[in-house]
Amino acid sequence: MGKYIVRRLLQMIPVVLGATFIIFAMVFALPGDPTAGKCGERPCSPEYVAKFREEHNLNDPLPVQYGKYLGKLVQGDLGTNYYGIPVKEDLAKRYTITGRLAVMAIAFEAIIGILAGVLAGVRKGRFIDNLVTVSTLFVISIPVFVIGVFMQYTLGIKWGIFPATVPSLDASTWSLVLPAFVLGALSIAYVARLTRTNLVENLRADYVRTAAAKGLSKQRTVGVHTLRNSLIPVITFIGADFGALLGGAIVTERIFNIQGVGGYIFRSINSRDGVAVVSAVTVLVIVYLLVNLLVDLLYGVLDPRISHD
Amino acid sequence: MRGTTRKVAVAGISAAALVLAGCGGGGNDGENTDAAAKTGGDITVRGCNPENPLVAGNTSETCGGNVLDVITAKLVKYNVDTAQPEMDIAEKIETTDNQNFTVTLKKGYKFHDGTEVKAKNFVDAWNYTAYGPNAQVSSYFFEPIEGYADLQSEDPDGEEGPQKAPEPKAKEMTGLKVVDDYSFTIKTAEKVANLPIRLGYTAFAPQPDAFFADPKTFGDKPIAAGPYKVDNWTKNAEIKLSKFADYSGEKKGVADTITFKIYQDANAAYADVLAGQLDLTDEIPASAQVDEKYKQDLPDRNIQKPVGVIQTITTAPTKVDPNYGPEIRKAISMAIDRQGIIDAVFNGTREPATGWVSPVVDGYKKDVCGEFCTFDAAKAKEQLAKAGGFKGGKITLSYNADASHKEWTEATCNSIKNALGVECVATPVVDFSTFRTQIRDRKMKGMFRTGWQMDYPSIENFLTPIYATGASSNDGDYANPAFDAKLKEAAAATDTAESNKLYQEAEQMLANDMASIPLWYSTTTAGWSERVTNVKITPFGVPDYASISLK
Repeated sequence: MGKYIVRRLLQMIPVVLGATFIIFAMVFALPGDPTAGKCGERPCSPEYVAKFREEHNLNDPLPVQYGKYLGKLVQGDLGTNYYGIPVKEDLAKRYTITGRLAVMAIAFEAIIGILAGVLAGVRKGRFIDNLVTVSTLFVISIPVFVIGVFMQYTLGIKWGIFPATVPSLDASTWSLVLPAFVLGALSIAYVARLTRTNLVENLRADYVRTAAAKGLSKQRTVGVHTLRNSLIPVITFIGADFGALLGGAIVTERIFNIQGVGGYIFRSINSRDGVAVVSAVTVLVIVYLLVNLLVDLLYGVLDPRISHD
Repeated sequence: MRGTTRKVAVAGISAAALVLAGCGGGGNDGENTDAAAKTGGDITVRGCNPENPLVAGNTSETCGGNVLDVITAKLVKYNVDTAQPEMDIAEKIETTDNQNFTVTLKKGYKFHDGTEVKAKNFVDAWNYTAYGPNAQVSSYFFEPIEGYADLQSEDPDGEEGPQKAPEPKAKEMTGLKVVDDYSFTIKTAEKVANLPIRLGYTAFAPQPDAFFADPKTFGDKPIAAGPYKVDNWTKNAEIKLSKFADYSGEKKGVADTITFKIYQDANAAYADVLAGQLDLTDEIPASAQVDEKYKQDLPDRNIQKPVGVIQTITTAPTKVDPNYGPEIRKAISMAIDRQGIIDAVFNGTREPATGWVSPVVDGYKKDVCGEFCTFDAAKAKEQLAKAGGFKGGKITLSYNADASHKEWTEATCNSIKNALGVECVATPVVDFSTFRTQIRDRKMKGMFRTGWQMDYPSIENFLTPIYATGASSNDGDYANPAFDAKLKEAAAATDTAESNKLYQEAEQMLANDMASIPLWYSTTTAGWSERVTNVKITPFGVPDYASISLK
């Protein structure tokens, strides 16, 4: 097990390096000069452009720029973005808030999604099953910004139950409940459907019939034997979803005014801010890899037949 | 430019990134103040993320500019209602020839750190901003002052070459001289009729001694002389200002603190105003402008005001694209149904342009463009035939696709196509920086969208920087010696009325050549919560934060 983890961690190094280089090269290849929009609708003075290019190593060829960036990166220095704000501080704050949001969304996903899936799976064909199937279909078919704006208007503005937007970077957990629910809404639906389908399939398996024939209570058959097996694809989905929620929360972030990672990456791409984009995405890549590792380890817990030795 | 997204939203206001317009902290005392309003209290207003540290000479965008407006005091300030310049730190500004100016300061005007504003605080700050190697964005404002060129240096072998630009010849402009602590003189390289008007722009703010000691960190907690001072700036979250107790100007702030909450999206700010969590937003999202929904959401708590912003279409210089001569431009202009597009796309939040100058400034004259800016499909077609027809195959109208320009450019193209019978295509360019790069490098063919937000409220600001030969924002390479001569003549006139008249004559020449195609003037719409009152919008489109009060 320990060996397995070390091997997986070592494998991450070339993946991270490769990913950063590809992203760096892609930002570099984008058309448009980063100073072009900086001085309004008039060109910046040549001195301004020269100083700007010098400060951000823009005069060097791509491999040299990348080398300089990596050199700083291994020392833990992520550099400053084109607005002179240190990337590291900015990212730390933004990842904190987006991370909290994503974790809360995942919690909603796991609790509500699995619960609804189990209820529907056990009572297949009955009222509750139809309710879950229809309502999840409904949620999946609506774009997330519609859900977000609708919930913000009703729960936040009209009834005033939740704050309409998130006040600042040190937002209270309470103010994040609504955005987290909106962010997780789509995935709750997927998790519920995934759980239901797998449960229904496994309930027909031989070992379940055997367990029932042995006289095991229904709770035990479903809760311990069937559910554990049914959760493997669900865990895979939730793991992959965590990464997607971190980088892809941009719509929810804009609606609720959360200064998070999605908006940061979007803005940095727009201003051709290579250093900022690469740093933000590198963290994303690392999070993806770690979560993936965690999911793989969880397989072993859920199904002892899967071994990592 | 405002927005993530700063950039997007900025480009989102009709005139795009534009140079921010400064506005003085105050208006007339007393008279306009609602008697029922309280002084004191805390208010929160919509802000956006400043691009740079808050340094007056290095801020050209509205996010940082709005904050600087409230915290700085300049020699003159602009009247909130009329944009007329009024003396602020200056006691008087005198000249007899429009070239040699003597500025006398009021005594005892204080910075936030308690030090007094003296003549050297102006002269040193201006020299610092103008000095090329300091690379300040607002450096070009000092161009008219004698000796400006000596503070710049050119890279001998161009940007690509290995050599670096040499040190400039001088560090101080010869046109600025400190006479004593409370007076200094300005000499301009050429005659300038409206120099006192320009001096109210943020770039001309004085800097305290603390600035020169450490310009790098100064911008995080700037010290200025305005009615409010910066208490705390939490990056990406909020900028907190409090009333400056020893403020020396005439118009003191009303609320005790003003907090700029940073939003990346106008919808979120609007939602917060509706929910009562924000007191003022100066940007009403498009969704709330449909059918003027904001007027039902915020009854008696909204305002719409024309501002000094004009949207135009510029055509590529002849050497880049020979198909858009002056006569063709006239035909195209007549083929655009301005009012129809404004109603359909902007819900009536623009005003059709009848010239090249915004109606909010001193010297504005109506209907300069005349019939060429009036929609008439039949005449447009006639004009096109007279001009020999369009030879380029199809007309293109480029825009930056990262802001909401798609709808109106397509509507404009449709209007042109229907009237002239020539194919017209609205062409997206991926984003603002690519768009501007192509225009700057003169690689963009056909027509493209351009906008201008005034720097200071003068007719001159809508003419010289955009249409003078070789001017910094002359994207269409318009060149007309007679026009240039007229500008010079106007700049030399000592009488304002006389000068404005000459500028109007210059503007008339633009109509003969159709230097660019004027489309419409912008308006700013703002909405506020039930807690506050006394909200005014300056002609620059910026709320007059200092006069907002709690009910």
